[in-house]
Amino acid sequence: MVDATHGPDAHAAEFPDVELYHPRSWWTRYVFSQDAKVIAIQYASTALAIGMLALVLSWLMRMQLAFPGFLTFIDAAAYYQFITMHGMIMVIYLITALFLGGFGNYLIPLMLGARDMVFPYVNMLSYWTYLLAVLVLVASWFTPGGPTGAGWTLYPPQAILSNTPGQESGIVLMLVSLILFVIGFTMGGLNYIVTVLQGRTRGMTLMRMPLTVWGIFIATVMAMLAFPALFVACVMMLFDKLLGTSFFMPALVEMGELLPHDGGSPILFQHLFWFFGHPEVYIVALPAFGIVSDLISTHARKNIFGYRMMVWAIVIIGALSFVVWAHHMYVSGMNPYFGFFFAVTTLIIAVPTAIKVYNWVLTLWRGDIHLNPPMLFALAFIVTFVNGGLTGLFLGNVVVDVPLSDTMFVVAHFHMVMGVAPILVIFGAIYHWYPKITGRMLDNTMAHLHFWVTFLGAYLIFFPMHYLGIMGVPRRYFESGDISFQPPSAHDLNIFITVMALIVGAAQLVFVFNLIWSIRHGKPSGGNPWRATTLEWQTPETPPVHGNFGRELPVVYRWAYDYSVPGAAEDFIPQNQPGTNPPHSEAPRKRKGTKP
Amino acid sequence: MSDPAVTHTDPQPGLTGFVSDWSSDKTAFKTASWGKAMIWIFLLSDTFIFSCFLIAYMTVRMSTTEPWPNPSEVFALEIGGVHMPLILIAIMTFVLISSSGTMAMAVNFGYRRDRVKTTVLMLLTAALGATFVGMQAFEWTKLISEGVRPWENPWGAPQFGSVFFMVTGFHGTHVTIGVIFLLLMARKVWRGDFDTGKKGFFTSRKGRWEIVEITGLYWHFVDLVWVFIFALFYLW
Repeated sequence: MVDATHGPDAHAAEFPDVELYHPRSWWTRYVFSQDAKVIAIQYASTALAIGMLALVLSWLMRMQLAFPGFLTFIDAAAYYQFITMHGMIMVIYLITALFLGGFGNYLIPLMLGARDMVFPYVNMLSYWTYLLAVLVLVASWFTPGGPTGAGWTLYPPQAILSNTPGQESGIVLMLVSLILFVIGFTMGGLNYIVTVLQGRTRGMTLMRMPLTVWGIFIATVMAMLAFPALFVACVMMLFDKLLGTSFFMPALVEMGELLPHDGGSPILFQHLFWFFGHPEVYIVALPAFGIVSDLISTHARKNIFGYRMMVWAIVIIGALSFVVWAHHMYVSGMNPYFGFFFAVTTLIIAVPTAIKVYNWVLTLWRGDIHLNPPMLFALAFIVTFVNGGLTGLFLGNVVVDVPLSDTMFVVAHFHMVMGVAPILVIFGAIYHWYPKITGRMLDNTMAHLHFWVTFLGAYLIFFPMHYLGIMGVPRRYFESGDISFQPPSAHDLNIFITVMALIVGAAQLVFVFNLIWSIRHGKPSGGNPWRATTLEWQTPETPPVHGNFGRELPVVYRWAYDYSVPGAAEDFIPQNQPGTNPPHSEAPRKRKGTKP
Repeated sequence: MSDPAVTHTDPQPGLTGFVSDWSSDKTAFKTASWGKAMIWIFLLSDTFIFSCFLIAYMTVRMSTTEPWPNPSEVFALEIGGVHMPLILIAIMTFVLISSSGTMAMAVNFGYRRDRVKTTVLMLLTAALGATFVGMQAFEWTKLISEGVRPWENPWGAPQFGSVFFMVTGFHGTHVTIGVIFLLLMARKVWRGDFDTGKKGFFTSRKGRWEIVEITGLYWHFVDLVWVFIFALFYLW
């Protein structure tokens, strides 16, 4: 246990607050570690492991939809439990935890030139609380009645009524798990925000931060303001369930009996839930936006187009996403003027989002595009996100949303925009940063196989769902039975989708195998295999050791996007490389006379 | 380019200063330590939790079909044969606001590195806080003995009891945590941990004097929240 400012050579720029904890045993180094990089790997492994469970659940649901009755253990109750757990795990315990807990922990300190997060001890507690939340969630499989089958939105009153699967204890464990998740996330989130605001190295201004950090930062700010609504909703529903209060429960007759509840407001839960739920969409999207900007810039060897606009677009999207939540509630019934308001704000979000898409495309334009796995996933993200975004314009309008709301169209929309798209970025980011984390490259052949099957397969799964939805095939139905308006082709399509889902799911095993196999057998990568500019690639050791940067912190002289600078010796200039030639790099450079 | 970034050493006033702070390197808040930045952001998040609770309370008060009990009467006490509405709540509010005063003085003496006075004032704050929680326990007991439950009460809408126990309970938990934290920190101040650099039991890190102010910020926040609960639940 010594200060990081060790020895007489300590850099003058070191923060007086820095006090690194130096582990002395295997336990404090790898298990109860306070090092953000270890915590990041713990977060990511836990998230990926629980995500595999959610993947299997989606297989089971697809099996039921395509071949009803083939798997005899899937009854209606089990199907609803699968839906609920699949949705909740994917949205919260996988994507949110992986982006913020995983990439946030790994990249924020390294990219900003910090030794660690600002409160490493609290950061450690954050992971263990998250793990506890995951365990509580998984525990609900082993309780009488199993996990809750209330749907991932957990709408009351049905969520706690006696005919909903898992109402014995599954719903209680789900709510407790969410409360724990919020508490754990708050501890991590405080770290991410304060590190970005107060822990940057010398020369690292906010407007020199890589867009990855911007995306994660704004997403964390949003999460700190949105998760309180989820927390409150969970507490109140827990009271409704356990204490018999009536926050969300109106007077109800169930099985001919008047329930003891009276006078609550189910719509209140929807407001609280979606005040969390809509920002949540952008909590998973903004880190993806940021990461994909860096992937595109690095692998197209070009500076990001419109950096400032990209930053402000992230900020504006973050702010706007707090005033659109009721577009999830058009069918719940509301004053038409509210519908008008929320439709307008929803459509306005398309403007900053479109700016980002144009800027990605303009970054690619005349770039030196390397079609390696991270770039392939980044390109796949752009087209997928545009696709999902366009159907969002449909669903943002009240009159179009009302008939489509309970159909497969919605399933297709949100899987494209907040399921497939962020996951593609997660894959791209793992292919991109794996060399830094392990010192070895992932196998390229397996990566290409993984990419093409996942990308094309995901389209073959979700494209037909739009068609099913417009035909009127409802979502959340255990089986459709004999419904005259559905042509037989709808069922053929269902079978096709299921087969594709099984194939895409299996392709993820290739990815997992690649992750494990390459730790030992991957090609050694060196410190900066992508020839990237950001600080995490400039560490003296790969993988970076405790304290990240050796004796002296790096000093930043330029933005993160000095690629292919005319007149420079190499086609990239690291952020910590001093020098006035080429000129101060934030200023727009003239590219006149340079060969494309 | 000798210096990597424009860093203003002299703080500038107004909007210019704000812009130059935020466009500088290392820190956005030039005078705030990591701990203080952390507690402010935490309190912002906590504000959203209490806001959600209070908005939810107003919503169920509107949605319930039964009449809302009159808080002035529910929280009235007979003292010496005199009927006094809201008297206990008034005393509780006075106690809690006073504790903010003693906390502010503790912070002041903390910055003067006056161990004895800081300790005494922190303990006094903790005592006032504990008194507040004690009176809240008395209030809960009284209402429970009169038949108020989270799911019902003798005077009207069942949500009255639900909201009462939930909101005051959540706030009381905050006060209790504050009292415990004050006691622990008062002990450290008294022992001189912040001068000798003694490492914390859990974190293995040296404490700093500024923890007194951080505790104070939390304490003032808990007070401020009470003012809103008082106004919106008891007076309305």
